[in-house]
Amino acid sequence: MEIIQTVFVRNNLIVAFAVVGVTIWFSYFMADKLTKGRIHGSAIAIALGLLAAYFGGRATGGSTGLADVTLLGGIGLMGGGMMRDFAIVATAFGVHLSELKKAGVVGVVSIFAGVLVSFIVGAVIALLYGYTDPISITTIGAGAVTYIVGPVTGEAIGASEAVIALSVAAGLVKSILVMIGTPLVAKTIGLDNPQSAMVFGGLMGTTSGVAAGLAATDPKLVPYGAMTATFYTGVGCLLGPSILFIIVSAMV
Amino acid sequence: MIVYGVALLSACLVLGMLLGEALGVVLNVEANVGGVGIAMLFLVLASNSPRFKSLVEGASGSGIKFWSAMYIPIVVAMAARQNVVAAFEGGMLAVVAGVAAVIVSFALVPVLSKMGGSGPQSAEDSDSKTDATEQGAV
Repeated sequence: MEIIQTVFVRNNLIVAFAVVGVTIWFSYFMADKLTKGRIHGSAIAIALGLLAAYFGGRATGGSTGLADVTLLGGIGLMGGGMMRDFAIVATAFGVHLSELKKAGVVGVVSIFAGVLVSFIVGAVIALLYGYTDPISITTIGAGAVTYIVGPVTGEAIGASEAVIALSVAAGLVKSILVMIGTPLVAKTIGLDNPQSAMVFGGLMGTTSGVAAGLAATDPKLVPYGAMTATFYTGVGCLLGPSILFIIVSAMV
Repeated sequence: MIVYGVALLSACLVLGMLLGEALGVVLNVEANVGGVGIAMLFLVLASNSPRFKSLVEGASGSGIKFWSAMYIPIVVAMAARQNVVAAFEGGMLAVVAGVAAVIVSFALVPVLSKMGGSGPQSAEDSDSKTDATEQGAV
């Protein structure tokens, strides 16, 4: 047992490659046999990942899902921000400038529209749940933008620990729902070309949600959605503690 | 050499991240503003420019393609390290706020896409030209 632990921990990233590889093989097998290709294999793999993260978090009490399980620590490195960003940038290889230019203006519009709409929805729901102070309303609204914008805004304007935690949770729910929901609604919302993918990335904003959601829908759309999504959190952090907080303070 | 492509990819990411971080400082926000997006633009520019041809073709190009293909496995690992427990334990307010934000945003995708689709810009580009080079996007 100790030998296994030593080898697994010392080679944790390699173990992660193997575990993820087996998971994806299993997912594609299931997608093919059980759903006859109707559900994309990567959608099943991502759902399995989230499920494993839930049980990992329950078992260990940690905050990084399956990566807190000692033998599977490499999942944390493989799925961390550094590798994610590296692979996302690599997907831009082969993208054509003309496609980007086509959606240029509407792509930028979608980023601002996305931040505003998610913020307003979050703020209204905070109001409905009985929050009346502008600091809490702004922080929860910012959490509905992304789980990074929530705490950045909350800390900047002095929100309580509990409200900041709530804003992170709202952002996490959003991110997970985008991962699972995107392939299901893709057809309905016309998500089948580079332009709509850029609009989609700008409106949703959660980089992990958009990245996984598009991967499960059509991997060719990933670079377009990711391109706009990566600006979203920055814009959210810019507007949250400043203009949006001022507007909420004036209204409440 | 495969490593040339990987190095080009890395250089794009580092440069983009530096610019995104600097943009964050200039705008006085505690976040990297679009670092990854800027890095992607660099890679698109490099892969479309004749100057970088030797770094994006042949073996060098497969160094970039490898990481592009590792994207879905990395996303699966990313899903497995999310704090799913915290998302559920945030209570109903967090769930309702998250779900409502997603539904409204989903609904806006076709609205904004149509705005862009009927614009004068899309008519300028000839579609036949993009079709011919489409296979590069895989």
